[in-house]
Amino acid sequence: MRESRAFDLSSPRAAWRDLSLQAAAWFAAAIVAGMFLWLLFDLLWHGAARVDWTFLTTTPKSSGRSGGIAPILASTLLILFVAIAVAAPLGLATAVLLSEYTRREGRLGQMIGLSLDVLAGVPSIVVGLFGNAFFCVWLGLGFSILAGGLTLACMILPILIRTTESGLRQVPDEWRLSAEALGMSRATILIHVLIPVAAPALIAGLMLGIGRAMAETAALVFTSGYVDRMPASFLDSGRAISVHIYDLTMNVAGGDKNAYASALVLIALLIIINGIAVALADRALTRRVSAA
Amino acid sequence: MSPCSRDARLFWILSASALIASGLLLLILVFLAKESWPVIQNAGLSKFMRSDGWYPTEGAYGLLPMLAASMAMSALAIIIAAPLGVASALFCRFYAPPLISRMYRWAIILLAGIPSVVLGLWGLTVIVPLILAVSPPGTSLLAGSIILALMILPTVALTTEAALAAVPMTYWQGAAALGLSKEATILRVALPATAASIYAGILLAVARALGETMAVLMVSGNVVQLPSSLFDPVRTLTANIALEMAYATGDHRASLFVSGLVLTALVLALAAGARRSGGQIVHA
Amino acid sequence: MLRLLALTVCGGFLFGMSLTANAAEKIVITGSSTVAPLVAEIGKRFEEQNPDVRIDVQTGGSSRGINDARSGLANIGMASRSLKDEEKDLKGTAIARDGIGIILNAANMVRSLTDQQIVDIFLGKITDWSAVGGKAGPITVVNKADGRSTLELFLNHFKLKASDIKAQVIIGDNQQGIKTVAGNPNAIGYVSVGTAEFEAGQGTSVKLLSMNGIPATVENIQNGSFPLARPLTLVTKDEPSGVVRAFIDFAQSAAVHDLVKEQFFVPVLP
Repeated sequence: MRESRAFDLSSPRAAWRDLSLQAAAWFAAAIVAGMFLWLLFDLLWHGAARVDWTFLTTTPKSSGRSGGIAPILASTLLILFVAIAVAAPLGLATAVLLSEYTRREGRLGQMIGLSLDVLAGVPSIVVGLFGNAFFCVWLGLGFSILAGGLTLACMILPILIRTTESGLRQVPDEWRLSAEALGMSRATILIHVLIPVAAPALIAGLMLGIGRAMAETAALVFTSGYVDRMPASFLDSGRAISVHIYDLTMNVAGGDKNAYASALVLIALLIIINGIAVALADRALTRRVSAA
Repeated sequence: MSPCSRDARLFWILSASALIASGLLLLILVFLAKESWPVIQNAGLSKFMRSDGWYPTEGAYGLLPMLAASMAMSALAIIIAAPLGVASALFCRFYAPPLISRMYRWAIILLAGIPSVVLGLWGLTVIVPLILAVSPPGTSLLAGSIILALMILPTVALTTEAALAAVPMTYWQGAAALGLSKEATILRVALPATAASIYAGILLAVARALGETMAVLMVSGNVVQLPSSLFDPVRTLTANIALEMAYATGDHRASLFVSGLVLTALVLALAAGARRSGGQIVHA
Repeated sequence: MLRLLALTVCGGFLFGMSLTANAAEKIVITGSSTVAPLVAEIGKRFEEQNPDVRIDVQTGGSSRGINDARSGLANIGMASRSLKDEEKDLKGTAIARDGIGIILNAANMVRSLTDQQIVDIFLGKITDWSAVGGKAGPITVVNKADGRSTLELFLNHFKLKASDIKAQVIIGDNQQGIKTVAGNPNAIGYVSVGTAEFEAGQGTSVKLLSMNGIPATVENIQNGSFPLARPLTLVTKDEPSGVVRAFIDFAQSAAVHDLVKEQFFVPVLP
């Protein structure tokens, strides 16, 4: 009977335990929120004054101490573009194979799944080492936006596949059966039924990947390089924004102000991309509901 | 074109993609092995599994202290982050008023998006001096763990929250019907029901902690030694690569690829352990 | 949709290829992270005057710069030191000078250290500031990562071996050293003199120590009296010619002295 008394709402002990759990939750939240606000205000305090339209649209001067970050933003976005252009189709196709052509318990699915899980765990710096050895040296791409983007593609591929796969698995089997009953080929089903339905998951996976990719520093130093000129092609070397922040704080005397400002821009960019993702996912969702 | 041949072609395209995607891991391992082969051949693998110093320019390649540091720092980080993360999820879900809950959730998501370099910079200018006041030199195992904990906390919090959201309604109704207190419902019904997902989230967080580089490099002191206290400076395997890769050549460069191999093996072991114990690394 | 994506990718690649195909002459420069910001700025000015030349600077370290120059991976290597005896097959040109100074936190009472004291501190024989006339407190030795040329120069000057140094903090690039010492009242480290002088002037909590009684200032590096100085060197495999020659000449000329000073180095006078 002792056990049940502990659960009993009316017993003072239960009330006390209720209160202490509540206090613990509030306490933890206060610590985390406090740390976060401290961090955010520290960044704003140091960097907010520097961020304006000129900062975003001019080139860095004096190794980034003054001037803006336009070429760095351009390089960052180009690297992201390459990463997504390569990873999205590859990831989508693999996810479709996993969810539509293999059984979850089957050996093939298990093997691909395991290798993806391990790949997801491979530290980004190791992917960077690989990218440097494979894309830059072995394939002869040199330090380039292409090499950096391909390296990031390797990094975000597992996240992309797993989220898309789970999205596809949530499509009810009746839909597939009905489509087949209508005489649609598998390719048609894929294009007209499955992909639209899985789009929100694909986009969510992409955004997770982009978030990680954009903040990546270590892997990009060895692959896309250090050149802070406006890139003219995918084979040009281009400095990503996190590499720029690192260089300004660790290698350039007097670069701190612009480093903080660049950090704010990077965070703002992440928020915008997240916002777009949520909106896109919502739109895809409403379209699907109205179609259904 | 007949639907059949189109389907067959689709299947081949999909298979080829899956082959590329899953072959990537193999390719990465092959290249790591290929690049580290010269030094393994010259010095032998046993030279790396020592703790008598890392002076690659003098031919000393003791990796063990860094392996220990990587593991200790990740373990410490998850010890800090797991309770805070789970409590954050409980706070969001059960205790916070709706507006605060939304804002707090937004903060956690934003925290997840803060780049490693930025956290490292903040750690170096804010956390390190605080630790220094307690025990020099400030840049330490503890500083690295705290920054890592902040980075992986969102992973734990968000997976836990997602798992709690997926607890079937009948569980809550059952608990309510039994007259359980809120505390008992959470601790004895909801958390046990979501334990597997929380565990998976924690494993994912540990994997991320092991692989984290730039922030750790900036705050943990980078001295190659077996840590004997929380305040000792340490160098992790990732920091080792980032610190020296840019200029390393020859055997030195190859020895950094060995660091990468060891690190990957560590993560592999973690993933295998997760599989064996029934959990699965999911992506939140 | 798949086909669309595939097309985009192919289009992107072709776009990239076509642009590079008619690109101008490109000089690739790799090496020392100390020299890289300066050469990148010199490169930009050179590009302005020679629109058909592109200069790509990649950071790394001196040893990589020398290696890349030798292997031909880079047209020019950057090194933050002079060439060693075994590297005399290469051609080195100094474009600026830099000194390495010992820095302490500004709150440290110690005004000067003898060479022997510095050696003992870095070897871990002296571990408390009270032993060298400072306020009692455990010394935090800030050292550079193995293989960095700044470390090599420091070791050579004090006749030390990398593995003998007992450090509490190991850093990568220069600013990390300044930030570490500025944040720790008991730290001692060594960094580029020019940047430390600038940071101290900006109110950062660091101060430079004299070496053998000679103050660590940019002036004393310029007149050659400061003992721990190093040339920032551009390295080529052979006697440079063509655009590479033009660039190296430009990097030595008075036309870039303002850039050299902007990076807190000392111009070389012909």
